[in-house]
Amino acid sequence: MTGFINALPGAISQGLIWGIMAIGVYITYKILDIADLTVDGSFCTGGAVFVMLFGAGYNIWAALVIALLAGMLAGFATGLLHTVCGIPAILAGILTQLGLWSVNLAIMGMKANVAINVTDPNNLNRLLVSLRFVQGVAKGSYPVWRHPIVTVGLMTAGIIAVLYWFFGTELGAALRATGANQNMARAQSINTDISKVLGLMISNGLVALSGALLSQYQSFADASMGKGAIVIGLAAVIIGEVLFSRLFHNFALKLLAVSIGAILYYIVIQAVVSLSNINTNYLKLISAFIVMIFLAIPYWKSRYFSKPVQRGGKVNA
Amino acid sequence: MLDVKNIFKTFNAGTVNEKTALNGVSLHMDEGDFVTVIGGNGAGKSTLLNAVAGVWPIDEGTIIIGGTDVTHLSEHKRARYIGRVFQDPMMGTAATMQIEENLALALRRGKAHTLRKGITKAEREQYKELLKILDLGLEDRLTSKVGLLSGGQRQALTLLMATLQKPRLLLLDEHTAALDPKTAAKVLDATERIVNRDHLTTLMITHNMKDAIAHGNRLIMMYEGRIVIDVSGEEKKNLTVPQLLELFGRASGSDEADDTLLLS
Repeated sequence: MTGFINALPGAISQGLIWGIMAIGVYITYKILDIADLTVDGSFCTGGAVFVMLFGAGYNIWAALVIALLAGMLAGFATGLLHTVCGIPAILAGILTQLGLWSVNLAIMGMKANVAINVTDPNNLNRLLVSLRFVQGVAKGSYPVWRHPIVTVGLMTAGIIAVLYWFFGTELGAALRATGANQNMARAQSINTDISKVLGLMISNGLVALSGALLSQYQSFADASMGKGAIVIGLAAVIIGEVLFSRLFHNFALKLLAVSIGAILYYIVIQAVVSLSNINTNYLKLISAFIVMIFLAIPYWKSRYFSKPVQRGGKVNA
Repeated sequence: MLDVKNIFKTFNAGTVNEKTALNGVSLHMDEGDFVTVIGGNGAGKSTLLNAVAGVWPIDEGTIIIGGTDVTHLSEHKRARYIGRVFQDPMMGTAATMQIEENLALALRRGKAHTLRKGITKAEREQYKELLKILDLGLEDRLTSKVGLLSGGQRQALTLLMATLQKPRLLLLDEHTAALDPKTAAKVLDATERIVNRDHLTTLMITHNMKDAIAHGNRLIMMYEGRIVIDVSGEEKKNLTVPQLLELFGRASGSDEADDTLLLS
């Protein structure tokens, strides 16, 4: 039990990082109504680009922004496959994801993983987030604001604020209309193709940013680090929705719910790992199971637990 | 205002399901014309409207709206000239967005979508006033999701959206067909008022022959992808349903008209 509690700050930190990716998934899955599988590839693209640029001595913010742009480029590719080539969105995403596997390896100089040397304190101190800061803050060797919960938390707040503003603009509203009803959008002179490409770009930009943050946190990028990312993203979106849909109606709060969903997901995973001696190779199976449960809950609720109108009606209804 | 010149459209060409939906349709509408369109199922009424709206490219012919050749313009680009209300009440509005958000999108039809605010305070007052005209109590529900509205309310809202910015051409595709008679009458009444107020050039499909005679200044009937009857002015005003059926029987060279028209 104490092992679990000690691991909580790390689990929350990771959850926050993945939460940024989940917000990206929310944009395609919930707003645009597209299940975008590019995510599994673009997550690693972000990490790979970041690690290489950081290693080459780039400023950390510049490296993060370029990672984000690389993710947007991946989203752009999926968008073109979908709109210009007429490939169904889900297949377009799979194609990009497949292609990105090679691209990601190429970015990392044809190596399956590249590490950031965090034993060098100069390198470590340039980083924004790191697992070592979690331990460092606990030991008192780093100030509290260095804790990933604080830094990533602030970033998440900033991202939510920007998205809240964006989806309130004319362009953002056009994007939402495209997801809600394409016929209506076109009748209102909205170019639905541009909306979809733009949405995919914003989404994958955030996903890549999240990948860049995770590679910092764990101090390496790995070609398979995005494997199953879409499932974690969907899990966060759905957990957030199942738990908070009645409380949160404001758009910013809905995005916050997604981030909290990702945190809860990591806490559950951490609990499973700490409280049992399970082989961590089973984690993917557990992930799939958790997502299954949360996908099924709304269906079960409506099917088996809804209160049907009583036959004949009550006398004093 | 609208010039449709000899347009053709065949669906599923070269297959067993080949269907010539438009077979050389020409139609000229003057500014302010209110044309009602009738015809049986598969006569090509909706296809004509969709061709004008640009839902898909036509095979042959030219479509000119207010002097602009739109034949090769995509649907969303033509939308700046055209207001549309669909048969399906679900089609014209975004259910997951608020009433005022839907209206705000309509107000920006034909304009670039920028990073300015999607909706302003001044607009909201305007929307309240306009919704009052509909007399459906929507003026107090600006921030309600459109998905919560009834079919009739959604059609009325779509009508308002289609005319919020004066369109060069208003296309109504059986927009009251999915509504109960009372609501249908209300929406049709609002249509008549808005069209008269703004002198809109309107093309309205209806399956109801009485409505087709009662509204507008001109009536056309389609049959097998062609316009077979075109009456206007005094002649149209004095038209009765039996006369219309007889006209159709002569134009199509058959008397199956009665069933296909009345039942459809």
